[in-house]
Amino acid sequence: MNQELANHALNTAKLRGATYADLRVMDIRQRELSTKNGEVGTCGESESFGIGIRVIAGGAWGFASTDRLTKEGVQACAAQAVAIAKASALAKTHAIELVPEDAYVDAWQNPYIKEPFQIPMERQLALLKAADDEMRKVKGITLTETGMVFRRIEQLFASSAGSRIHQVKMQSGAGIVAYSFRNNELQKRSYPASFGGQHALQGYEMVEAMDLAGNARRGGRCAVALHSAAQCPEGVRTIILESSQLGLQVHESVGHPIELDRVLGMEANMAGTSFLTTDKLRKLRYAADIVSVVADARLEHGPGLGTFGYDDEGVPGQCTNIITSGLFTGYLTSRDTAAMIGERRSGGTVRGESWNRLPMIRMTNISLLPGTWKYEDLLADTDDAILMETNRSWSIDDKRYHFQFSTEIGWEIRGGQKVRMLKNPSYSGITTEFWNSCDAICSRDYWTLWGTPNCGKGQPMQTMGTGHGASPSRFRNVKVGMAFKKD
Amino acid sequence: MKLRRHKSRRSNKEEAATRLRSFGELRRIADRILRLSDADETEITIDAGADALTRFANNTIHQHVAEEFLTISVRTVLDGRTARATTNKTDEESLRRVVAASTRIARSQPKSPGLLPMPGAQKYEKVKRWCEATATATPRERASAVARICRRAAHEKQTAAGTYSSGAARMLLTNSKGLIATYEQTRAEFSITVMEEKSSGWAKASAADIRTLDVDALAARASQKAAASRAPRELAPGRYTAILEPAAALDMVGYLFYDFAGTAVQDRRSCFNDRLGKKVLGDNITMWDDVTHEGQLGAPFDGEGMPRQKVLLVDRGVPRNLVYSRATAKKMKTRPTGHGLSLPNEWGEAPLNLVLEGGKSSLDEMISSTERGILVTRLWYIREVDPYEKVMTGMTRDGTFLVENGRIVGGIRNFRFNQSVLELLANADALGPAARASGEEASDMVIPAMRVQNFHFTEVTKF
Repeated sequence: MNQELANHALNTAKLRGATYADLRVMDIRQRELSTKNGEVGTCGESESFGIGIRVIAGGAWGFASTDRLTKEGVQACAAQAVAIAKASALAKTHAIELVPEDAYVDAWQNPYIKEPFQIPMERQLALLKAADDEMRKVKGITLTETGMVFRRIEQLFASSAGSRIHQVKMQSGAGIVAYSFRNNELQKRSYPASFGGQHALQGYEMVEAMDLAGNARRGGRCAVALHSAAQCPEGVRTIILESSQLGLQVHESVGHPIELDRVLGMEANMAGTSFLTTDKLRKLRYAADIVSVVADARLEHGPGLGTFGYDDEGVPGQCTNIITSGLFTGYLTSRDTAAMIGERRSGGTVRGESWNRLPMIRMTNISLLPGTWKYEDLLADTDDAILMETNRSWSIDDKRYHFQFSTEIGWEIRGGQKVRMLKNPSYSGITTEFWNSCDAICSRDYWTLWGTPNCGKGQPMQTMGTGHGASPSRFRNVKVGMAFKKD
Repeated sequence: MKLRRHKSRRSNKEEAATRLRSFGELRRIADRILRLSDADETEITIDAGADALTRFANNTIHQHVAEEFLTISVRTVLDGRTARATTNKTDEESLRRVVAASTRIARSQPKSPGLLPMPGAQKYEKVKRWCEATATATPRERASAVARICRRAAHEKQTAAGTYSSGAARMLLTNSKGLIATYEQTRAEFSITVMEEKSSGWAKASAADIRTLDVDALAARASQKAAASRAPRELAPGRYTAILEPAAALDMVGYLFYDFAGTAVQDRRSCFNDRLGKKVLGDNITMWDDVTHEGQLGAPFDGEGMPRQKVLLVDRGVPRNLVYSRATAKKMKTRPTGHGLSLPNEWGEAPLNLVLEGGKSSLDEMISSTERGILVTRLWYIREVDPYEKVMTGMTRDGTFLVENGRIVGGIRNFRFNQSVLELLANADALGPAARASGEEASDMVIPAMRVQNFHFTEVTKF
């Protein structure tokens, strides 16, 4: 990547009056494949190359981006960023302050075995088609969909403080879904998770390991069987959530409320604010004692969509304790928001979707740490509960108190056994009440780091990948069935 | 004085302006690609844009951005196979590479049985959606308005957050069969949330012409809502009469858009399966897809360059027609309506310019004629719970009020709802005049405020 252009942009910003500047040159390549009912659906590749320049001038932020990667192009872009910052200063109530950070000259790349873009598309389509064919062998299946997506993100971060960081991230994802429509009811089963499947910072080896075709027919059979299953009852019940649903629960009811920009009101117009006001830090009993949650961007946590070497402010990936044995202990922070609450260093959580988007606080890998239970023991220890698997819908209020989730399938647990299938399961509650009702978490043997590729935030909207580790867990006294309540 | 001010403005514009590529530039890129391609057929879609957004919170500007972009997308057809490759690089080597990628991917597939030859030249409805004042709006102009609004909020001891954006876009779609379609549009948008300690209010609008956005009036409306909902009380959940302001109605009704796709019905995932031609909505519900409506934005052609037609989707409560791409129309033995999405795709088509006809009740009349009900400003985080009954869940937000004996008596804590959109449109007993509305969940559409009986609020949150 062109260091000379980067230097030129930073020098221009400085000459125009910026007191701080950083930039990201990004080269993004994507391949997307899908099938529907055995035929090819989407099939394409795209690339996008450009620069985004962020400056502080007159004590305020400005950001401009361009795809004109020439000396003149980046010079105009840097000048524009400074002019925008100076316009921002018209409504300034305080000057931007950044917590200190060292300058780094480094390179980072996530490990992977098989480069997805080197695998012939014929092979990838054949893998999807095989899974699609298997699902359609099940009588009663009315619609099948499969998909794969690969993303290679190469970026150079450069700052006026002297950082020059080159990173390459390779991301893969795939999933399948079988639908069955009968008697005015549409049921579905997805594998390995819903809304696009599983995604991670890995190569094609991850997709091969999923064995989509081997799991296709079982999912299809479940989708059809759901029509004959009993409706999930309504009431206050014990529930057990399998790990992908619990990963989404973590995302919505822990990951978003801990974003310090939300807490400080910066997202109030769209994404909302947070109940986790700063007076609650290190005081609120967020969850039961057995619950600990971390925000961990380091590779040793796993190849999650929130894994990286450095964030988009040039801060190294870190592990922050968010909930420590039930106590609320940390936020997701950036260099400017950390300064606002008196923290000494940013938590390193700032990322931008692309070169044309302003980097902002985003979840890294927000993970529930494993507990001690064996899954079999957890079921055996449960007299009367509903086990819920695979998300179907999700919604939470704009302060992140009240949530409602529904899942694709449920199972009634009686006397430690799965006794019958339930359709249309749903549960709802208040975030802190829910997390304080957790009384069992399965061990690392059952823990999966799930990838959520579609987290939206910001204006203009940015879509970001986040990671969420979780293992099946049990919660007591949870309201069940409200989504399908009739009166 | 005027001249000097004008001159200084120009200087600001030059310094902060993004550069939007001309149609001539887009055409030259397309011609280069057509020369490079030896595929059976070649289609090129080029989107160029320059957007800027001033974002504020805590009565200050905290994010302020601008971007210029270009997307060059090439679809080739080879022996009954098609694929797309996209780049934003315009040098000769990159254009050669994007054509090669498109043909390589096309070759990697089995033949597509439903693929039709590309269409030739078409005629389109004329729409004018370009406003120079929007295209040349500067960061300083937007920031000045935001600064004024933030000062007023601070004076009222309120906190304002929102966005003020402006942008321009040009699009060219052409193919090797001689089709050439062009479209240009400007768009400005203002959205504001005003907060007090325990309440908030919201307002939003968008238009092609930035001069038609009354940002001060929108800010005043959000401010009044925040003030009027101070000390919200908690109400028991249940079925209530709900008065949905246009943004709230939009975010529910807008979720129907894909249900009107021929492909969705064929795939049996539309809520209109087995309901077409049946009276399932209220007599007062008539809905169109109409790209030419004065309250709409968007190109008068679809992803293949076919002219978008005005389609009557719902006629006095009866879902009557669907929209079709060329391929779906052939499969379903009907005529295409010009609503196809860019090929290849698995979704087929969608209506993108919904217009729900209005009625004669003003919002004030709906309130004054309601004995007990809930006035809803805005909805949030809406997701589908039951696709066939079209039950959606979500929350009220930023201004939810109790109406009793024909007047607003105060703010209430926000509700969660689980509500069928079909039932909603069967139970709407009063409609206001239809106007362009902006929400956060669905695309902008033309829709009235509406009063709905038996709206199902299922739980309540803590604020």
